[in-house]
Amino acid sequence: MGNVINIQPVTRIEGHARIAIHLDDDGNVSDAFLHIMSLRGFEKFIEGRPAEEVPRIVNRICGICPWMHHLASNKAVDGCFGVTPTPTGHKLRELCQIMAHINDKILHFFFLAAPDFVLGPDSDYSVRNVVGIVKEAPELATQVVKMRQLGQMMLERFAGKAIHPIAGVVGGFAKPMTEEERQGLLEDTRTLLDFALFAMDFAKNSVFPKYEDVIASLGTITTGFLGTVDDSGALRLYDGHLRLMKADGTITDFPVDQYDQYLAEHVESWTYGKMPYAKCWDEGFSMDLAAPKGVYRANTLARINVAERLSTPRAQEELEEFREKFGRPAQGTLLYHWARLIELVYACERTIELLEQDDITDKNVRAKAEPKAGRGVGAVEAPRGTLIHDYTTDEDGCIVKANMIVGTTHNIAPMNMSVKEAATSLIRGGVYDEGLLNKVEMAVRAYDP
Amino acid sequence: MGVRVAEEWLHSCSGCEIAILNIGEPLVELLGQIDFVHIPVLMDHKYYGQMGEGEELEIPEADVGIVSGGVANEEHLEVLEAMRKQCKILIALGTCATHGGLPALINSWGMEEGIKNSYATPTTDKCQVPTDVVPKPLDRVYAVDEKVKVDLILPGCPPNPQLIAEVVTALIEGRDPVIPGKSVCDTCPTRREGKGDVSKVRRFVQNADYDPEKPIDEMRCLLEQGFMCMGPVTAAGCARRGAPSCISARVPCRGCFGPVRRDGNQMLDMMNALASNGIDFKSVVDRRSLLRFSGAHGLLRPINKKSGK
Ligand code: SF4
Ligand code: SF4
Ligand code: SF4
Repeated sequence: MGNVINIQPVTRIEGHARIAIHLDDDGNVSDAFLHIMSLRGFEKFIEGRPAEEVPRIVNRICGICPWMHHLASNKAVDGCFGVTPTPTGHKLRELCQIMAHINDKILHFFFLAAPDFVLGPDSDYSVRNVVGIVKEAPELATQVVKMRQLGQMMLERFAGKAIHPIAGVVGGFAKPMTEEERQGLLEDTRTLLDFALFAMDFAKNSVFPKYEDVIASLGTITTGFLGTVDDSGALRLYDGHLRLMKADGTITDFPVDQYDQYLAEHVESWTYGKMPYAKCWDEGFSMDLAAPKGVYRANTLARINVAERLSTPRAQEELEEFREKFGRPAQGTLLYHWARLIELVYACERTIELLEQDDITDKNVRAKAEPKAGRGVGAVEAPRGTLIHDYTTDEDGCIVKANMIVGTTHNIAPMNMSVKEAATSLIRGGVYDEGLLNKVEMAVRAYDP
Repeated sequence: MGVRVAEEWLHSCSGCEIAILNIGEPLVELLGQIDFVHIPVLMDHKYYGQMGEGEELEIPEADVGIVSGGVANEEHLEVLEAMRKQCKILIALGTCATHGGLPALINSWGMEEGIKNSYATPTTDKCQVPTDVVPKPLDRVYAVDEKVKVDLILPGCPPNPQLIAEVVTALIEGRDPVIPGKSVCDTCPTRREGKGDVSKVRRFVQNADYDPEKPIDEMRCLLEQGFMCMGPVTAAGCARRGAPSCISARVPCRGCFGPVRRDGNQMLDMMNALASNGIDFKSVVDRRSLLRFSGAHGLLRPINKKSGK
């Protein structure tokens, strides 16, 4: 009889998951699974709620990226009530979304992923964490803690709450920005941009070169990609249209509100995580490692793969260097980390761009909205992937139906494939140790689920 | 050796864990005085041994246990019971753990109904609800103290990082923590003029009336402006920089710190508060939403089942 290696819980990720590696009688991997262990059913319990309240309900789907749910939801409610936010209301929302990306990337790279690289994948579990980094590299750790805190506090100072935000409202934003607030945010973002550039160099010089083999191979699979771009094909995080790219580089562009004609969700009996796939490729769904069908990936690597370019100068330089090294689309799973740092640079630059626009302090931040019947689809690029909220309201402006595709779910099928790929290539003849099992987890951590 | 701390998240969103990180620089100092022995968001301690060979779920012994999230499936319950067994002091962190929090809204239908619905959305292929390997859901979402004895509660969605730091510091120093015992209104600087001329509450589809260049204490109370604001019936604790968090963004309170008294009922209390201000509570659309953060402890129940549990 075979044996099951049970990695439970998967750690240094957001949420509840378990990896099960099945071994055959010879101790080789016969199958491997990433089981998503929890589900909350948000679609159901927003039914009947006044739609304008929903953006401050669905933010609780995720405490790491509450701004993403908050804003995708606000857009969907705008659609239901048929209101267009004022130009400044629109910009303040984008500003907060991009600022939230900054924190998220610092958190993920340094708090969750870095222990594997700074302390090494084989170091003991009791030190292989952020506390270990505090002891091993106290200066770096203090700097990282300070920078993440700075980012969180910028959002909190301006928008009242950084976690589970409330300042985005149907029709725009709840408060304008004062000149004083703008100056403070600008100064802080310049500090963050310096840090982002430092982080990029630090990773390129002291982290990635040590792990070149791992980066090239660990959990690497071949899939398509999904992201958001503007009409010129440049990366967008807050708005734009969706772009699917096949592994061979073929592109399909489509508007957000037609997502249901291009994407569908597959369900397996052994995981609560649904598996979105590209229905429009007309090939069905399969996670076969050699010939996957319908599988695409989302999140950082996907976004910089589908984009023609990045609209800010330093980030664009980094993208060019990246493409020269890894091609387009790049498939290496651990390259998600690299792409994450490029997006960190972009997010800092974009925040400064927005803050430098004259009308960012305009007082007209909210358009008048009336509750009514309608339908609205709102999407943003969340750190973990394209996030879609789709609501229908009744004549009182209360929700009758909701559908959500959450960022992380796009990567559930790819994560399963990466786990299987990593386990199969690492474990042979029943020989494995803790470091090796941690490497299998690293294939999941790259996706930052 | 420092104080040993174990942390777990149950039916949670990880916002409580981010709130712990938001302690910021003082956290680096605290880390010198505590030893995390288990905290899945940051550390790789596994339930079934580091090689995945164990049979029983194990959590190391700890002086202090912190649990976020409510209890909604069999795995949550198993983890919670292990935490209770291994930790001398157990803290319920965040409103999900203390009162069910937002996910307990599902209690108006039950867990099963919520899960079924998720697999029946228009983009989902026709399928059965997953049941292999994944933990079985309970009937509804429970607050932590409905399942095990809890020594200390610290609500908030998310909880205030300064209060988390205060609780941990107090435990290290062996004293009682100082936690506010008043309502959000007691910490709110807005201008109150006594009973207004409001007879109905308005939905928040337009911004409050205020001058953005002027400080918060020159804005009139949002309830007196006719917006539903749950400050009167919500536990204090979110105020930072001189005003409750939402009020500082000029947005009304929705009660995320749970009731003022631990076993209070935010819906009944709010209806009373409105009535005593001469406001018709029937003008509140979706009254059950007043239990948005505190629907555990049997307060929110399936609509069509009138009696029983
Ligand atoms: S209390 Fe709030 S922040 Fe904490 S887990 Fe629940 S929803 Fe998340
Ligand atoms: S009702 Fe709201 S605005 Fe008025 S005092 Fe209380 S918390 Fe402040
Ligand atoms: S004002 Fe109310 S809803 Fe807002 S953070 Fe404070 S307690 Fe929560």
